[in-house]
Amino acid sequence: MAVTARKLEGAEALLAVWPAPVGEASWARSAREKAAARLMAMGAPVRRDEYWRFTDPTSLLVQPPKPAPVYDAIEKPPFGDVDRLRIVFVDGVYDPDQSDPLELAGVEIQTLAQVVGTDIHWARDLFGVLETRGQDPVDRPLAALNTARATEGIVINVTGQAARPVSFIYRHASETGEAMVRHLIRMAPGSDLTLLENGAAAARFNSVLEIEVADNASFHHVRTQGRAHDRRAATAIFARLGKESSFKSFTMTANGRLTRNECVIEFTGDDAHARVAGASIGEADFLHDDTVFITHDAVNCESRQVFKKVLRSGATGVFQGKILVKPGAQKTDGYQISQGLLLDDDSNFLAKPELEIYADDVACSHGSTCGAVDETSLFYLTSRGLPRAEAEGLLVLAFLDEAIQEIEDPVLADDMRERLGAWLARRGRL
Amino acid sequence: MLKIENLHVKLEEEGKQILKGVSLEVPAGQVHAIMGPNGSGKSTLSYVLAGRDGYEVTEGAASLGDFDLLDHEPEERAAAGLFLAFQYPVEIPGVGNMTFLRTAVNAQRKSRGEPEMNAAEFLKLVRETAKTLNIDAEMLKRPVNVGFSGGEKKRNEILQMAMLQPRMCILDETDSGLDVDAMKLVADGVNGLRAPDRSFLVITHYQRLLDHIRPDVVHIMADGRIVQSGGPELALEVEHNGYADILKSVA
Repeated sequence: MAVTARKLEGAEALLAVWPAPVGEASWARSAREKAAARLMAMGAPVRRDEYWRFTDPTSLLVQPPKPAPVYDAIEKPPFGDVDRLRIVFVDGVYDPDQSDPLELAGVEIQTLAQVVGTDIHWARDLFGVLETRGQDPVDRPLAALNTARATEGIVINVTGQAARPVSFIYRHASETGEAMVRHLIRMAPGSDLTLLENGAAAARFNSVLEIEVADNASFHHVRTQGRAHDRRAATAIFARLGKESSFKSFTMTANGRLTRNECVIEFTGDDAHARVAGASIGEADFLHDDTVFITHDAVNCESRQVFKKVLRSGATGVFQGKILVKPGAQKTDGYQISQGLLLDDDSNFLAKPELEIYADDVACSHGSTCGAVDETSLFYLTSRGLPRAEAEGLLVLAFLDEAIQEIEDPVLADDMRERLGAWLARRGRL
Repeated sequence: MLKIENLHVKLEEEGKQILKGVSLEVPAGQVHAIMGPNGSGKSTLSYVLAGRDGYEVTEGAASLGDFDLLDHEPEERAAAGLFLAFQYPVEIPGVGNMTFLRTAVNAQRKSRGEPEMNAAEFLKLVRETAKTLNIDAEMLKRPVNVGFSGGEKKRNEILQMAMLQPRMCILDETDSGLDVDAMKLVADGVNGLRAPDRSFLVITHYQRLLDHIRPDVVHIMADGRIVQSGGPELALEVEHNGYADILKSVA
């Protein structure tokens, strides 16, 4: 289908806002040019696009971005007690002074700027490569923009067992800032890494992670997205999974005017596992969108998607999740659940689960529900003396817990529980 | 202790009249039983007293000592000392039984202006109590009533009752779905809680439970009213002759 003039102009405008990087190695330059061409070919997202029907992309595109007051957290930041390598970005710009030295046993860490300036680098086989694969069959223009223009980010080569988790901390300093960050991770066979991310980053944030998980490697990812109420974010993860590898990603989102989290996973080796989960909670003009695409192109792989959203006072939750089982991907076990808990009549949960299966020996299931807090459970709890608000808070946490249970590390899982509990407590709900 | 006067209740949505003038008084320290055929309004009475939504009181009153039950929220009635052991205890996935018990105990203490029970104190008490009801540590860790057998659910109700120490306990068909041994266990739990300042209202279909929990007074309920009251022998009469004779004699 020909790209409409409006989509084309939108793409041009995006490319015009962000300057084309200069002085990079030829492979990087080539990847940038191809990405810009991809973006021009698909155009900027518009509401009429199939995967933007529930989430209006306009506020992700307009210039200048709408301001977002910086949120000053009074309580302890996420992952506070976890021993980790801290890498700090301020308004999307890597800040070496606030960061730990980029040294960690089991991994090699560089900045994206260093890498794209290096003539011969392994990153050429990853940068823009997984993003390109993820553009078929669904356009992801903001990710193409990221490949074309992002100059900030971290590149990690995981060679063995990472001694500590790597933690990206996105500090938000300017009310009007716009940030674009690109990370690349290559995991060697049998290697292991935990990646933590937190923070609002900027008034508007575009983040892309490409990750290659080789045979028998394990990737764990836990992130929280920053509570600045008016922030907007479009993030994308592109992952390719080798034989017997494991990929686990969990995202907690409390607040944010608009969050679009895309996750694109491709199984290319047999007997691998992937879990993507999210717990989100918000009110009023909160809009949270999880758009997931999992492609099974190998035998006996298992994928799980578990997304829970709690919405109140007019908030909107969106889930678009797809499992594609390619011919020959036998013994696939695909599971998908998306649930919205509406705390009042003003909130919305919009879900589009999709299964597309071309193999005959597979087990795929999906479920999507949307409802209010169960009155019978509320009565049971209040009849034992729990005030109604507290009983409701307990049931909300219980609802979200199914997603939190997807986190393997109990310390990180408890950290998420505590934060969600605090969010409810601040609203007198616990 | 518990005083119910001329209570009239209808279903909010259907407008159907369920209770048509129930009057009842349970003095402190006594056990009263309510028996009656299906559909006589026994469970409705227990729900209305505990404060469940969906019912409209059109006439009458219910109080616990000086405390007007009908004028308060379920949690306030609980804090005032009312406890309802559910006929069908509710499963709550994701909420640990222990967390639930502790939150409930402390919520009631807080609303009464008492200090909260600390974790160690609470754990000791709950373990001791659970032991007497044959509830193992595993059951305490599991989510509330999830995957519990019928007997386990009922024992869990009695555990909550024992932990919360209410002054007025209503047991809604606590014997339903229990085998003889489980019923004995539950009855022992209840009997262990009998005290001069605590009363019980035991709703049941069968006389058997009353062999284990000896009532002071038995009430027969039919068509939304108490139609006859008497001593424990009334329960035996029901057991032998069914409700038909009694209903005929009061008609």
